[in-house]
Amino acid sequence: MAVTTAVLMILQRNPVMSAISLIGNFFALAALYLLLRAQFLAVLQIIVYTGAIMVLVVFVIMLLNLGDERGLAERPSLRSSVGTALAAGLLLELVAILFLRTGPGLPPAMHPSSGSQGTVEAVGTAMFGKFLFPFEITSLLLLVAIVGAVILAKKRL
Amino acid sequence: MTVPLSWYLVLSAILFVTGVAGVLTRRNAIVVFMCIELMLNAVNLTLVAFSSFLGDGTGQVFVIFVMAVAAAEAAVGLAIVIALFRNKQTVDLDSINILKW
Repeated sequence: MAVTTAVLMILQRNPVMSAISLIGNFFALAALYLLLRAQFLAVLQIIVYTGAIMVLVVFVIMLLNLGDERGLAERPSLRSSVGTALAAGLLLELVAILFLRTGPGLPPAMHPSSGSQGTVEAVGTAMFGKFLFPFEITSLLLLVAIVGAVILAKKRL
Repeated sequence: MTVPLSWYLVLSAILFVTGVAGVLTRRNAIVVFMCIELMLNAVNLTLVAFSSFLGDGTGQVFVIFVMAVAAAEAAVGLAIVIALFRNKQTVDLDSINILKW
């Protein structure tokens, strides 16, 4: 399901259809997070990605009025084939690393304590305890991003 | 019955590679942004899978930081796209060459 929507996304010619496929992909990933017993992250995935980021993307697509990509029709160019070949090579490499690795094997089953780690309480405790400083840095980053986005999108640059 | 960890890793690799292929082949700037989001999500899936198989909650906190960075990146990137579109009336990446000298 996630793979289907992801492949659909890069094959769609219309950016709006591409965005809708990406939203489907995010929902599939949220379901996978639930399977992995990360409930808080599943909810966060839907709220942050499908709720905030994709609304922003769709809004920009509508604002710029990019209906069809006819203006930039995909020529079967050299770059396109080279890009696909490079990506296929990367996939081969990743899967080969996974199956040819040495060292300790992967854990066969989910850790018994994983059920209690995906809760809001556990994640919040870790975030505001052990990871307080990175959390503050993230808030600073978000502030800089807000200011930067406003200034970049101003009428007169 | 649980799904083994390697399936999650393979799925994540496929998603990441799909994102890479999109970035390399597409010419629409917004679609390229969405492909970058796809790659970040693939990495998030790996982090969550390892976190829950190893019983260590650090991965989940890290995923939240990645999400925050992705949100910041999307906001700034889309602002850049809007600014470029005002200047050149296109989002075709091949025709955006104002950084060339």
